[in-house]
Amino acid sequence: MSTVKYNYTRPLDFKQGRVDMTHGSGGRAMAQLIDELFVAAFDNEFLRQMNDQARFPAPQGRMVMSTDSHVVSPLFFPGGDIGCLSVHGTINDVAMSGARPLYLSASFILEEGFPLADLKCIVESMAQAAREAGVPIITGDTKVVEQGKGDGVFITTTGVGVVPEGVNISGERASPGDKILVSGMLGDHGVAVMSLRENLTFHTSIQSDTAALHELVAAMVAAVPDIHVLRDPTRGGLATTLNEIARQSAVGMMLHEDKLPVREQVKAACEFLGLDPLYVANEGKLAAICAPQDAECLLQAMRTHPLGSDAAIVGEVIEDPHHFVQMETAFGGRRVVDWLTGEQLPRIC
Amino acid sequence: MFAMKYVDEFRDGALARNIAANIAREVDPQRRYHLMEFCGGHTHAISRYGIADLLPANVRMIHGPGCPVCVLPAGRVENAIQLAQIPGLILCCYGDMLRVPANGGMSLLKAKARGADVRMVYSSADAVKIAQENPERQVVFLAIGFETTTPPTAVAIKQAQALGINNFSVFCNHVLTPSAISHILQSPEIRQLGVLTLDGFIGPAHVSTVIGSRPYEYFAEEFQKPVVIAGFEPLDVMQAILMLVRQLNEGRAEVENEFSRAVTRDGNVKAQLLVAEVFELRRVFEWRGLGPVPYSALRIKAQYAAYDAELRFQIAAVSIPDNKACECGAILRGVKHPRDCKLFGTVCTPDNPMGSCMVSSEGACAAHYSYGRFREKVS
Repeated sequence: MSTVKYNYTRPLDFKQGRVDMTHGSGGRAMAQLIDELFVAAFDNEFLRQMNDQARFPAPQGRMVMSTDSHVVSPLFFPGGDIGCLSVHGTINDVAMSGARPLYLSASFILEEGFPLADLKCIVESMAQAAREAGVPIITGDTKVVEQGKGDGVFITTTGVGVVPEGVNISGERASPGDKILVSGMLGDHGVAVMSLRENLTFHTSIQSDTAALHELVAAMVAAVPDIHVLRDPTRGGLATTLNEIARQSAVGMMLHEDKLPVREQVKAACEFLGLDPLYVANEGKLAAICAPQDAECLLQAMRTHPLGSDAAIVGEVIEDPHHFVQMETAFGGRRVVDWLTGEQLPRIC
Repeated sequence: MFAMKYVDEFRDGALARNIAANIAREVDPQRRYHLMEFCGGHTHAISRYGIADLLPANVRMIHGPGCPVCVLPAGRVENAIQLAQIPGLILCCYGDMLRVPANGGMSLLKAKARGADVRMVYSSADAVKIAQENPERQVVFLAIGFETTTPPTAVAIKQAQALGINNFSVFCNHVLTPSAISHILQSPEIRQLGVLTLDGFIGPAHVSTVIGSRPYEYFAEEFQKPVVIAGFEPLDVMQAILMLVRQLNEGRAEVENEFSRAVTRDGNVKAQLLVAEVFELRRVFEWRGLGPVPYSALRIKAQYAAYDAELRFQIAAVSIPDNKACECGAILRGVKHPRDCKLFGTVCTPDNPMGSCMVSSEGACAAHYSYGRFREKVS
C-alpha cells in the first residue's frame, strides 16, 4: 500500500528556517507562510474569510483611518519589538482623534534570509498586542525582497476607527489660555532603543513605553468630551509634536521645564549622548490640550488610568504671531524649543 | 545608574537667581562688561538655559570661535568630501561634521546620499574598529576639534599601529585654543580699530582639563584681560561671570579657575605627552572666520606618516571663500552678532546652513536660532 499522503505539506521550520524568495512569490510556500504563521497568530472571523479583502460591518458615525510604516532598528529592544510597536503605533494614531479603534491591517516586507524564528516572535507579539487592545488584524499582505534590499522586516499597519458623537479633537483647536498636559514620563522609548545601538551600547534599566493608548483616551474623552487636541509625541518627541500643533493652530506655547516628567535615567542617558529628552521618541505617551477650566478634571482622569499615572500639566498655549514653542528653564531663563534639525538618531519607530 | 544628582546641583534655579542677584548688585552701572566665552560648550549653555535673561543689560556675552565644526574652513570640508568619493573608501566622522556646507552647498551628508560611504562615529576608536572589520577597504577618520579630542585621535593612531591595521588613516584637522585666543586679541578690530572691546574671557572647560590653566596666564599678563576657566554647566557660567565682574571692578587681570573640580594648573600631562608623541605644530592653518593663523594646528609627525591621510591620498590644499553675505567670520571673531547677518534666519537656518556657525548646536548662529531667536521678534 502506498504511504503517499496527498496534500501533505511539511510544516515550516520555525527553528532553523529562513525567509526565501518563494515566500513572497504567490505560490504554495507563500500560502503556507500565511496559514501557519499569520492566520494562526492573528486568527479572527474576518481573516478566516481568506479573501483578498476583509468584509466588516461599518458602524454609524465619523470614521477615521491612519497608516504607519515601521522600520525600527534593532527589531527587538527592551520593553518591546517591531511587532507590538506596529500595532500600538497605528492604534494610537487612530485614537488621537478620540476615536475607538476597530480594525487593523498589516503589511510585511521581508528580507530574503530573515530567520523564521524571529519573524514568528514578531508576529506573535503583534497578535498579542492586538488581542490585548481588542483590535483585530483583519487583512494583510506579504512581500519578500532580495537580501540586502531590506533590513530584516518592515511592517506597515493601517487602522480604522469611529469617533464618538460630540467629540471634535483636532490639531488646529489649540487656543491661547489652553493648558498642555502630558500623560507620563518622556523619552523612554528612544533611550531604550538607542541603548542597543551598535556603536553606542550602554546599560540601562529603561524599557520602551510602547503601549496602546485608546483606553486612556476613552477615559479622557469620558471625563472631558471637549478635549481640543490630542497627539502622541513619537519621532521628534514632545518638542516636535508641540511645534506641529503650534503651527496648525497658529499659536505659541510656553512650557515649564520643572514640570516636565522625565526619569532620572533618561535624563542621564540624554546628558551623555548630548540629547534633549524633549526630542526623544515616545511610543506610549500622549500630549493633550484643553480649556483651562477642564485641565484639572482631565488630569485626574488621566492619573486614574495606569498609562497616565505620571500625567502632568506642563504648560499653556499663548498668543504668538511667530508660533514659537518656548520654555521657562528650571534655571530661570527662557528659550525656544525649536523644531528638530537633521536626524542623527537611528531608526526608532 | 548615572549620578544625575551631581549634574542637577549645577543647574539649580534658586542658586542661579542668587548669583544673578550678586552680579546685578556688583556691576558698576557706569561701565560695560564685554565678556567672551571662547567655547561652543559655553555658548550652548548660555543659550539653552537662557542665561542672558539673568544678566544686567551692561553685561554682554560675546560668542567666541571655540566650536570645532565652525572653524574648519570650507576647503578642508571639500577635501573630506573628495576623500569620501574615492571608490571603496569609508570616511568616519563625528555627527556634527555631516551637515557642514562646502562648495556649492555640498556636504558629507549629501555625498553620502550620492553613494559615498560616510559613517558617523562617536569616537576615534570606532573608526579603528571599522578599519579592522573592513580590511580590504581604506578607512579614514576625519579628525577635528580642539585639545579635548586630540588625545583620542593620538590613541587611535597608536592603536592602529599596535594592531598592524594598515588600511586606517587620519585626516588631521586638530586646532589649538591658545593660538586662536591670541589671534583674536591681536586682531585689528581690537588693537587698532576699537570696533570690539573685550574685557575678559570665560576660559574653556574640557580643553583646560587637558592643557591646564597655565597657558592662559600669558593672555592675562600680556593683554591685561582676566580669564576665568569655567565648567559647561549653567551655574559654572554664572559663577564665572561674577568672578570676571569682580576682577574687572578691582582692576585685576588674572587667571582664575572656577572649574577646579576638573582643571589643574598643569592639566593632564599624560595626555599632553601622548599628543606630543604623535603630533607636531603646523606652521600655519586656515581657520574659518579667522583666516590663516600661525602655529594654530597640529599635523601627524613623520614617524606616524603611514597613518596620515593627507600623505596617503595626496590631499591638496584648496581654499574656498565663504558666501559673500555670510558673516561667520566676523561672528567667530566676536565682531558681529548673528542678528547682524543678512542671511540669519532667512536663507541660512539649521536645516539649510550656509555658514558653519549655523551647523553645530555649539555654533553661535545655531544656538541663537534654536534657543534665543524669540528675543529678536519685532513687535
